[in-house]
Amino acid sequence: MAGNTITRAQLSDAVYQEVGLSRNESAELVEIVLNEIADTLTRGDSVKISSFGTFSVRQKGERVGRNPKTGQEVTILPRRVLVFRASNVLKGRINAGLSKPGGGTRGTASGG
Amino acid sequence: MTKSELILHVAERNPHLYHRDVERIVTTIFKEITGALARGDRVELRGFGAFSVKGRDARVGRNPRTGEAVEVAEKFAPFFKAGKELRDRLNLPDEM
Repeated sequence: MAGNTITRAQLSDAVYQEVGLSRNESAELVEIVLNEIADTLTRGDSVKISSFGTFSVRQKGERVGRNPKTGQEVTILPRRVLVFRASNVLKGRINAGLSKPGGGTRGTASGG
Repeated sequence: MTKSELILHVAERNPHLYHRDVERIVTTIFKEITGALARGDRVELRGFGAFSVKGRDARVGRNPRTGEAVEVAEKFAPFFKAGKELRDRLNLPDEM
């Protein structure tokens, strides 16, 4: 595992190389795309990107939690959380380097 | 919203761009993230969230239909953690 971190800079550089817009415009477009996804999720809709995964918003009910440091009980208010479910294509890509019997075909039955 | 709807929305708001360029932009973004994760790299998009790869140990699972024990090999799983800004936005009273 390489352990590098990719940021917006590398994403906009890839867009710059691939599409032929200016560097500034490439960076702007990466931001516009991320904002569009964030806006959709904020409205409570999910975002489904084929062969990548699905971002969806889940409503959590109120529950009683505990401060792990003090042990004190606190009420956790109802809230919305973001969940990401990776597609089988993405899972397959991540495990492609692991050469093991049957590893390449795992999970293909349920599609991506 | 699907990927094609995402492309459509971005294209509508940016009439100076060709639809096929917007399509390439969106495809490139997810291709880059996928490539990074496949290399074992982390993708950190401040305010939005971070994608990373987590190791899952080999374990003995069970076929839920037959109850038979099966070896599940070690594998890696993609993981996404929403950024603070996005997490907070999801719970703003005026946007709910």
